[in-house]
Amino acid sequence: MNSIGSDELSFLLESTGWTLLLTAISFLAGGLIGGVIAILRLSRNRAVATVAILYIQVLQSVPVLMVLFLSYYGLALAGLELPPLLAASVSLGLYVSAYLAEIWRGSIEAVPYQQWEASASLALSPAQQYAYVVLPQAIRISLPPTVGFLVQLVKNTSIVSVVGFVELARAGQLLNNALFQPFRIFGAVAVIYFLICFPLSRLSRYLEKVFHAGRRH
Amino acid sequence: MPFQFQFAPVLAQWGMIFDGAILTVKLSAAAIVLGFAAAILLSAARSMGPRWLRLVVDVYVELLRNTPFLIQLFMVFFGLPELGVRLTAVQAAMLAMTLNLSAYSTEIVRAGIESIHHSQLEAGYSLALTSRQVFQHVVLVPAVAKVWPALSSQFVLMLLASSIVSFISVQELSGTAAVIESRSFRSFESYIVATAIYLALALLLKLVLFGIGRAAFPRVSGLARVQTKGESA
Repeated sequence: MNSIGSDELSFLLESTGWTLLLTAISFLAGGLIGGVIAILRLSRNRAVATVAILYIQVLQSVPVLMVLFLSYYGLALAGLELPPLLAASVSLGLYVSAYLAEIWRGSIEAVPYQQWEASASLALSPAQQYAYVVLPQAIRISLPPTVGFLVQLVKNTSIVSVVGFVELARAGQLLNNALFQPFRIFGAVAVIYFLICFPLSRLSRYLEKVFHAGRRH
Repeated sequence: MPFQFQFAPVLAQWGMIFDGAILTVKLSAAAIVLGFAAAILLSAARSMGPRWLRLVVDVYVELLRNTPFLIQLFMVFFGLPELGVRLTAVQAAMLAMTLNLSAYSTEIVRAGIESIHHSQLEAGYSLALTSRQVFQHVVLVPAVAKVWPALSSQFVLMLLASSIVSFISVQELSGTAAVIESRSFRSFESYIVATAIYLALALLLKLVLFGIGRAAFPRVSGLARVQTKGESA
């Protein structure tokens, strides 16, 4: 029986690169959409805010797997032929956008209201208020939960293996089909995920501690 | 030719869809009940147990929270038979879901327990309560009451994550959608129907959990709750 050698390990590490790339692209794409949704969600226009709420609520109430399938087939129906990496990133990006929008909305709302009033009294336009006064403070507040969500995203990229994109989880399945040593192979895969996620989890908790230093009892 | 929606071939299989949805509900309910019960035991061990036991619980929680649910599922379904433990797909799904949820819930309950002020414990001991009584009445119940919203969203996320067990061929809702897709070739419609049912189930579960929270912890006001959000598996 074959065992896990350096070839297998380098295959796993190579696909770890794809997992990280997938995470990065979908985080950026989701972040862009999510940022816009967060600001729409806080709009004074009722209709606009309601659309944003619906977007967030629906995407947070359906499985990522369904978002994945629907956007896959949706893109195909729209006649868009995207390379697998891009299609997978778009699907994950939709999921990311709903969660980041909600996290960032909370962060923006956590900035004291007086900051808005003070900047308005300095005759800043709403865009300027966001850019120079509110967002710099909100970003600071949002860092711990955003990093925490990044951990969720790294783990959820594993679902993309269902559409055949070879990232870490799919690489583990392929190796297992060839070698049939599930415990060791998926164990190794789990260790790699852990080595990515655990430091991020710690970072998130550390940031939380630093930023909330004054509020602990 | 523009795309035309055809839901009829999908909805013709409504019996299968119904069975799939029922299995999703059963799996999620079992995982929520068992996972939450395990989380309470783990929290008790973490709060009152000896040092080594606390360490074991912490390692368990961190291991499960920092690896994907899919890999945990594969470990249980494909890995355990290598060690001589053979489970059916449904049993493996239930075990993996329970383990996963227990770790997340333990972490959430920990946040609640840490929010209980030390003077509360001292007050409990000064009333001659035993340490088990203090843990149960002074620490655990108020802690769970405070983090109930976070627990609720974690439970909903478990319902959504249950779709992943279709990877090991469990015929729950998303597994059923895949079968119907391959039979009817209406992929988009199959997944729209499944997604709509997930949406309905998630909203229903949120409502039920909100009701349970109201009934079980009537004295906790909304403001007193600890704001920690759930995390997806």
